[in-house]
Amino acid sequence: MSVATGTNARSPRRVGGGRRFTSIAIPLLLALLAATALAALTVGAAGIPLSRLPAALGFAGTTTADAMTARDQLVLWSIRIPRIAATAMVGGLLAAAGAIMQGLFRNPLADPALVGISSGGAFAAAAAIVFTDSRFGQTLHFLQTELLPLAAFAGSLTATAILYGVSSRGGRTSIAIFLLAGVAITAIANAGIGMLVFIADDRQLRDITFWLLGSMSGATWNKAALLAPVLVIGLAACAYIARGLDLLVLGEADAFHGGVDVERLKRISIVMVSAMTGVAVSISGVIGFVGIVVPHLLRLVIGPTHRLLLPASVLLGAILMVGADTLARTIVAPAEMPIGILTAAVGAPFFLGILLRQRGLASL
Amino acid sequence: MSAVIEARGLSKRAGRATLLDGVGLTVEAGEMVAIIGPNGAGKSTLLRLLSGDLRPSQGEVRLKQRDISSYAPRELAARRAMLSQHINVTFPFTVEEIVLMGAGERSAREAGALVDAALDEVGLTHFRERQLPTLSGGEQQRTHFARVLVQLACGEAEHGPGLLLLDEPTSSLDLRHQIDLVEAARRRAAGGTAVIAILHDINLAIRFADRLIVLNGGRLAADGPRADVVTRETIRDIFEIDAVVHQADGGVPYVLPQSMRARVPPR
Repeated sequence: MSVATGTNARSPRRVGGGRRFTSIAIPLLLALLAATALAALTVGAAGIPLSRLPAALGFAGTTTADAMTARDQLVLWSIRIPRIAATAMVGGLLAAAGAIMQGLFRNPLADPALVGISSGGAFAAAAAIVFTDSRFGQTLHFLQTELLPLAAFAGSLTATAILYGVSSRGGRTSIAIFLLAGVAITAIANAGIGMLVFIADDRQLRDITFWLLGSMSGATWNKAALLAPVLVIGLAACAYIARGLDLLVLGEADAFHGGVDVERLKRISIVMVSAMTGVAVSISGVIGFVGIVVPHLLRLVIGPTHRLLLPASVLLGAILMVGADTLARTIVAPAEMPIGILTAAVGAPFFLGILLRQRGLASL
Repeated sequence: MSAVIEARGLSKRAGRATLLDGVGLTVEAGEMVAIIGPNGAGKSTLLRLLSGDLRPSQGEVRLKQRDISSYAPRELAARRAMLSQHINVTFPFTVEEIVLMGAGERSAREAGALVDAALDEVGLTHFRERQLPTLSGGEQQRTHFARVLVQLACGEAEHGPGLLLLDEPTSSLDLRHQIDLVEAARRRAAGGTAVIAILHDINLAIRFADRLIVLNGGRLAADGPRADVVTRETIRDIFEIDAVVHQADGGVPYVLPQSMRARVPPR
């Protein structure tokens, strides 16, 4: 009971709702994303000061075609820009997937990485790596880049379907069973990953480790091109399901009474969460807490209405991931820290903070 | 008068248990009906079958001369509104945002007048920007009632008189707000809406409705005008208590349970 009543992590006597930023939220976040991306362009193993940026981007005419500019252009166009683009999209997908999942389960603590959906995707991706490298799957090896996102999507979808099947009964979702089922699914996926680690050779092992820690260092234009259509479809789906997710907060029966086709809403949400998480995981590996921190922060400022929350989550997720990735590749330069370590180090204490606050509310 | 909702031979089984057994009823536009009966009599099951949320094991429900299962959820929502018990909202939606949910695809600007009127009717205008989880149980119940009133008004504007279903709408309300809610429902009936409500307080049910439906053990035990239904014998048969039935002003009966009267010290 205390879990159910304590899930509104808000100060109990806040009058006025604090909804002052709803009309400017999207432009503000867009500006912030542009500023973060600009900052990310300038820093890195090869520093490019702001003054050389226009020339390197090709905006300052052709007169400055010296060796330095050529180097800058190479760094920007073949390494840094695709990486920033992919990082922003991964962040947006993870945050939006978290927000949709929280709406679907009516639970602000739901996060694809926390309840095994990312692990399911990572397991399937790791299995695809080992399989396409093996004697049996060698004929498919040339398809590895395309196969990985599909496998990750299938793994995430399976995990989400099991999660929903176990924790939802008669239109009600038990929060305790939901989280425990997530623990079990994570354990199963991790056991599978452990098995793959055991049979993998050295090179495969390095690839698999990459999935477990989470990193954007492998980002290329090809991978960014895989993310873009999922993000576009995801945003379209968000617009379509936003009102249904709002009404779902009343419970499945009352959302139906209010005119929502609940079964269709659940199907679309589950497929979208799985696709968004799976494709993101196939590019970046398992990155936790973005999906929980971003929607939570936004609900505090712009409120829980999904029509605004979902696109705002995409933008803030992109901002935080680009910021975190920039930190990850500069903090121990010229080496790179896996970004998953960074997001967990910041996100997990934040998550504990939410729990503490709810405990305070529940005991009132 | 035309039937807004008709149910014939409704049965609902869950596993081996029979929740409802061969119940039939017809409610006309402008009628106010209260459903009473002991715990586990099948009242909520009946209401959920009438709302289209549950499918009957046997029998059929027709809403406005059409099989209720043939409506898409959105079409159904434009013709019947339902207030359930125990709605637990976990996200910090404001009162205004919850009430606006009743307006479907209409924007805050389009539905603004309806939202204002509903908030005023339930007496929550000053709470409109408060977050729902911070309100008391009764205030939350009134918020959801306002949401349902907005849904009903939006639907009736397009499709004429609809159906309003209320599942124990007064369970968390103080006396004054119980009367307010009942009167708000009466106004809807006066405007042509068919209203069906489950009520635990038998005296409120008598006040509220012209017609009472009594369920017991999943079967229809009585259905008729309140003066016919509310007798000492019915009360004893259905609720297994002894009660005195008095006639108040205008011939409206009221029920005084005997055991309760025995505790009142003699004057």
